[in-house]
Amino acid sequence: MNKNDRAPLFHVAKRGALPWYQAWAIRGAALILALILCGIITSLVTKLNPLSVYAAIWKGSFGTSRKFWVLLQNIAMLLCVSLAVTPAFRMRCWNLGAEGQALIGALASAACMILLANKLPNWAVIVCMTVSSVVAGAIWAGIPAFFKAKWNTNETLFTLMMNYVATQLVAYYCVVWESPKGSATIGIINSKTEIGWFPVLGGQKYLLNILIVAVVCVAMFVYLRYSKHGYEIAVVGESERTARYVGIKVERVIIRTMLLSGAVCGLAGLLLVGGTNHTLTPTIVDGRGFTAVMVSWLAKFNPVWMIFTSFLLVFLGRGAGEITTNFGLNHSFGDILTGIILFFIIGSEFFINYQIKLTRKGRKEE
Amino acid sequence: MDNKIAAVQMRDITKRFGPVLANDKVWLDIYRGEILALLGENGSGKTTLMNMLSGIYFPDEGTISIDGKDVVIRSPKDAFDLGIGMIHQHFKLVDVLTAAENIVLGLEGKLDLKAASEKIRRICDAYGFEVDPNQKIYDMSVSQKQTVEIVKVLFRGADILILDEPTAVLTPQETDKLFAVLRNMRDDGKAIVIITHKMHEVEALSDRVAILRHGQFIGDMPTKSTNAQEMTNMMVGHAVTLNINRPEPVNPKPRIEVKGLTVRSIDGILKLDDVSFTANSGEILGIAGISGCGQKELLEAIAGLQPVEAGSICYIEDDGTREELIGKNPLSIAEMGVSLSFVPEDRLGMGLVANMDLSDNMMLRSFRRGHSLFTDRRSPKKLAETVVQELDVSTPGISTPVRRLSGGNVQKVLVGREISSAPTVLLTAYAVRGLDINSSYTIYDLINKQKEQGVAVIYVGEDLDVLLELADRILVLCGGKVSGIVPGRGAQKREVGMMMTKLGGKDDE
Repeated sequence: MNKNDRAPLFHVAKRGALPWYQAWAIRGAALILALILCGIITSLVTKLNPLSVYAAIWKGSFGTSRKFWVLLQNIAMLLCVSLAVTPAFRMRCWNLGAEGQALIGALASAACMILLANKLPNWAVIVCMTVSSVVAGAIWAGIPAFFKAKWNTNETLFTLMMNYVATQLVAYYCVVWESPKGSATIGIINSKTEIGWFPVLGGQKYLLNILIVAVVCVAMFVYLRYSKHGYEIAVVGESERTARYVGIKVERVIIRTMLLSGAVCGLAGLLLVGGTNHTLTPTIVDGRGFTAVMVSWLAKFNPVWMIFTSFLLVFLGRGAGEITTNFGLNHSFGDILTGIILFFIIGSEFFINYQIKLTRKGRKEE
Repeated sequence: MDNKIAAVQMRDITKRFGPVLANDKVWLDIYRGEILALLGENGSGKTTLMNMLSGIYFPDEGTISIDGKDVVIRSPKDAFDLGIGMIHQHFKLVDVLTAAENIVLGLEGKLDLKAASEKIRRICDAYGFEVDPNQKIYDMSVSQKQTVEIVKVLFRGADILILDEPTAVLTPQETDKLFAVLRNMRDDGKAIVIITHKMHEVEALSDRVAILRHGQFIGDMPTKSTNAQEMTNMMVGHAVTLNINRPEPVNPKPRIEVKGLTVRSIDGILKLDDVSFTANSGEILGIAGISGCGQKELLEAIAGLQPVEAGSICYIEDDGTREELIGKNPLSIAEMGVSLSFVPEDRLGMGLVANMDLSDNMMLRSFRRGHSLFTDRRSPKKLAETVVQELDVSTPGISTPVRRLSGGNVQKVLVGREISSAPTVLLTAYAVRGLDINSSYTIYDLINKQKEQGVAVIYVGEDLDVLLELADRILVLCGGKVSGIVPGRGAQKREVGMMMTKLGGKDDE
């Protein structure tokens, strides 16, 4: 026998279910490998000490108490939008319109703050903001859902297009309500009266937002896992034919779930305007509608795991910002490091689901 | 046969899928000029073994040699180069292309359809195939598509052919034709392996049988020196009886009355044309027909899943009250108090959710119960445990996704759920398709038990031998029309076969 028997060196085989600690060991190993590679690239390209770069990344999130609260607030907002898209995703309905749905919710609450400021008491304004932003978000998602249920249009494109409509609407109202005149921006709304501003709990401006999102997170987890609606969503997502076979009204489930998705997005818009920024700009959602897609997928649509994945993404993002300012690096360098780390983490899922087996030399050499 | 060197020698072939040992040190010899029947229950590793020969899987251990020379088969292309061709259960053809285009698809070199057509004609003449090279695939019947698949591998020079359950989709007449062709190829010196569950086909066609059980090679022998009973015992590992029980109907009363049922598909094609019949309680009404003759539409119309153009479907209760089922969906039928169970043809795509576990699948029918916002998880779990125990489902546990189960166990889960609601009507479509003998008999027993309890059973089947043994009456569909209804006792296979291909089944001789 010569080299002509080209038995493959290895082959890929699917694993059975791994115990959780082994799966996490693989993920941990991936993270360590990613950090090593990032370190090598950092020292090669920038001649900086990678350890000091890592320290800066860490400080970007945990350096000061203020940075820590900003981190928590950012996690909460990203998590909120991610929670919103998750029921739709579980139904295999790709709602890519979270950006627009949150934006339209933000527009609705800003409108209430501006137009009702001196007509209603503060608590009534906040109630109006809440209701209107949630309804606005739901409508924004409900339109593509209705078309999908009725005529089976593609929800991916439809929701994506609705984002642009929302952005332009907000840009228009930024001019209508501009202050000061000619700036084409709204500025801080009701900065003197603070009408429509969320109450500050325990001296922490962001605490209320964080608590609200925590409640939504638990509620979403329970809804998806234990409620009849959650079960229907799962069945429709796995197989519409099975759903019809057992008498689930698929169209109704699609519309109901998208309305929920949009409503939670609207809530995110409300929190951004009423709790965090107290203003409205076309970029107030800051791409979270799209980052949320990644958060949700990385967590395999599990609301509790999404806390960790949104932490990861926010932490890396803030770290990238920190090293940019600290070391005078181009912002792209931070993004390169973030990209490498995400690549390893997502790539590790392959090794959790599959194993690589070296081919045993089974044949006898004569 | 001067020197009996095996065309294929497989030695100590082992293949694992995760923790599952699919093939365990299997030895198999395949000879030229011989038809080998590969027998075994579901999950015994037949298809896995053949997939390794045709380059789809790579063995973990063991050697394969062709004509005495060791070879390494890493891909389907390697297999083709060695003259090995496999015809899979699910055809791999491009619908919008012609037969000739499909056959040359993927071949290297210049595209010369004319020469290809010429070569196809020669192959067809040599073995007795009937293929029009210029016919589009979407215009073809299932048996024609299968013929194209066989010609495709012959065209590529295969002289070792593997057919995975080729008769599952054919009528008796088409099966006879296929067998004639296979015999011609055998006489031409080709090595042929056929995987099948049907004993009478093994006896009619093969020269030698090889038997696998639980991934292990049990033995092989000339077909002449064995019989169905012995082969079955070897497959199952213990003695089994091969007779299907057919108890007398108990107190049959009309339960479902179908009148003038007409159904069109979305594309406007007439699927059912003026179909009328009555299904009685305590009786099994068998439905025979070539696949795609309206069986699916008929069952789905009764189950409230298929829009109907004309006609009526009446449910008759024990006290004689009649309820119209047309225009109702499955939910409203259940709300009327009609307990109708349906075991659809597509088990994992319609009857069950493949990615959900057993207990979540049990919930499909019952999750709406109660006024709580939340689902009751306890009773489906109990039901799952009962089904696993009573129907002897082999599964690691009730929290295993059903897609991980073998075909027979999937079907047991589905049938178990459907009969758990104590139905008055049970619709089943191809209830034993792809199931091995043991599982098939379990299903027949379950269906008979339902019949004895007074359920009106409508059984759509493809194996005429089984229909003739199991059903009390047989309704034969032909192109969406009722070709005839015959009593199951004493019906002749040939007669029913003729009715399947021709309305009324009369020969104009």
